[in-house]
Amino acid sequence: MVTNVRSQVAMVFHLDKCIGCHTCSVACKNIWTDRKGTEYMWWNNVETKPGTGFPTLWEDQTKYKGGWEKTESGELRIKSSGKVKGLANLFHQPSLPTMDDYYEPFNFKYEDLTNAPAGKDQPTARPISAVTGEPMEIEAGPNWDDDLSGSPIYAENDPNLMAVTPEERAALFEIQRMVFFYVPRMCNHCTNPTCVAACPSGAMYKRGEDGVVLINQEVCRGWRHCVAACPYKKTYYNWQTGKSEKCLLCFPRLETGQAPACFHSCVGRIRYLGVLLYDADRIEEVAKSDVGDLVEKQREMILNPHDPEVIAAAKASGIADDVILSAQKSPVYKFVKEWRLAMPLHPEFRTLPMLFYVPPLLPVVGKVENGTYEPANPESLFGSLKEARVPVSYLASLFSAGNPAPVIESLKKLMAVRHHRRGVSVGDLRPDQINGVLKEAGVSAEMCEAIYKLTALASFEERFVIPAAHREKAHEMMQETELVKKETGFGIRQKPARGE
Amino acid sequence: MSLSKWLFEVFPYLCVVAAVVGTWLRFRSRRFSVSSLSSQFLENGKLFWGSVPWHYGILVVLSGHFLLFLFPSYFSWVTSDPRRLQFFEMASLGFGLLSVWGGLVLLFRRMTDRRVKVVTNTMDLVILVLLIFQVSSGVLIAMIYRWGSSWYAASMVPYLRSLVWLQPDSSFVASMPWLVKAHITGAFLIIATVPFSRLVHFLSVPIGYLWRSPQVVIWNRKKA
Repeated sequence: MVTNVRSQVAMVFHLDKCIGCHTCSVACKNIWTDRKGTEYMWWNNVETKPGTGFPTLWEDQTKYKGGWEKTESGELRIKSSGKVKGLANLFHQPSLPTMDDYYEPFNFKYEDLTNAPAGKDQPTARPISAVTGEPMEIEAGPNWDDDLSGSPIYAENDPNLMAVTPEERAALFEIQRMVFFYVPRMCNHCTNPTCVAACPSGAMYKRGEDGVVLINQEVCRGWRHCVAACPYKKTYYNWQTGKSEKCLLCFPRLETGQAPACFHSCVGRIRYLGVLLYDADRIEEVAKSDVGDLVEKQREMILNPHDPEVIAAAKASGIADDVILSAQKSPVYKFVKEWRLAMPLHPEFRTLPMLFYVPPLLPVVGKVENGTYEPANPESLFGSLKEARVPVSYLASLFSAGNPAPVIESLKKLMAVRHHRRGVSVGDLRPDQINGVLKEAGVSAEMCEAIYKLTALASFEERFVIPAAHREKAHEMMQETELVKKETGFGIRQKPARGE
Repeated sequence: MSLSKWLFEVFPYLCVVAAVVGTWLRFRSRRFSVSSLSSQFLENGKLFWGSVPWHYGILVVLSGHFLLFLFPSYFSWVTSDPRRLQFFEMASLGFGLLSVWGGLVLLFRRMTDRRVKVVTNTMDLVILVLLIFQVSSGVLIAMIYRWGSSWYAASMVPYLRSLVWLQPDSSFVASMPWLVKAHITGAFLIIATVPFSRLVHFLSVPIGYLWRSPQVVIWNRKKA
């Protein structure tokens, strides 16, 4: 019996569609992080996999100590702090990444191009540190290993490669089989966020209505434990204001019915956004489950918005009718729960992320032999998962804490959708061939069609099902909307100057 | 009014009033500006060797001052047994030296690191110098005036109490060496700078974290 239903604005990224153009990152940067002290922050960034990511090697928790760890007695503990350890480390957080783990932000001195006195040499625009204002050598950047999948300096250090066999590793770096895909990342707006649990000031919180995780800038005292605690390194320390900042899922846009900027601007239309209803009483139990079960348990925690019992419980928990309606139309619910295609990134951090990824199926398996491209197995149109260029174990390390089952299930379904559509649009496959693949993947032709439509043809309104914010019921972020407006008008109420 | 009367009977009140009113105003109207203003993100290594000794040193030393101000009668208990006295004197000296060392490292770091310099303002340097003066004068007093452990109870506590009861009596400190007088004046000066500098962060000790539930959920709508 479910009694404590909560709603969450959740997300799905379809990695097969990501072209790695960084438009999302730039849209976000232009709106939120172009201020002093935030230049190095990328609330949204796109990483090449295999690769080391941003900040460098963020997935390596032996270095960064992010997320939760399960103790011998089965309790969850914040790896980087905790109550006593956190307070004892207020004066120096031992696991805090420094600017050098990210990069020193820079501008170019463009005015030198036009202001330089006449001379023999072509004037150049030198890079200038955005921190010190002095000339600097650029040694790193937010997407420094972009597209460098074969690189021995970057890609080979990817922590996920620990999960693959030496043969698979060798194959990944073989010159003509080299492969990469993109993983766009942003705050996962977790259900069990370590950043919130680690904040000594209690400045961080999850909004009840939509699950957005935020930092109250007036309560934050710059103890920086959230930065160390987030295993995804998606809270950032503003070195200018002495406060931490993070992705706010563009809540001012969401509340007015617009998609977040990174979603809105996505060129490949890989992003989906919608409401999930979940059983809030199960958070702790799910977060403590065995590593291999984390994906499945999290799916169990997500409730069916069509189930009359769930609807009644949701209403009793105070969820508005149109939010329930929007949960029923949620594309995220379809990808995560109904079709079981999407999985969270690194569930082993035990934060129960609410951003899910459809793993990449392509590139299709093939080799160049005698100068021509040959499919690995001419009998099977798209090859088999065993011969996949991206090893299943690698994807499992990313998306299912090492358990290959959810990844294989997802990839088989994606493969089935392709066979089904090949049958419909080209018609060169025998029906029994198609049915065999569909049966193995456990999907019907109707489901394949629905997956295809939402993947390839979905309109803006189908990809982003944004629930009404119900500001008439809100008291504008803790205060009466009307009073705030009368007293201060809209906009920031104080100049965000640094300290005293 | 003599200088002594002004320094020890008027000045302390000015400082405390400035601190209380200033802090109230700052929290009321400029809460965003209250932060530890940590620069660990910009420089990590030297900070460890400065910030940790500084904070732990000053925490112990200040608690010692405060506890003995509250319970001066325990002084005789401390001083009655030479071994006990030795232990307390060594411990206070140790933590005092720790904070002097920490303060010096922090000052050196602020003046030399290219990134930290960017987030350093005049007030940061002023209070660092003030604090280093304060802890080093304290350590010097402890080393030069060995009778310290009895005059704190005999003279300082009555003087501070006279301030608390609004009947300031500077005669308790009138005969003190100038170093002690400087230490007292420095202390009140530092109190006065609290709301006007980053020192205000010490009022935000997040002690509530110890009994807070790990997850925080806030609803906009009023729950029925």
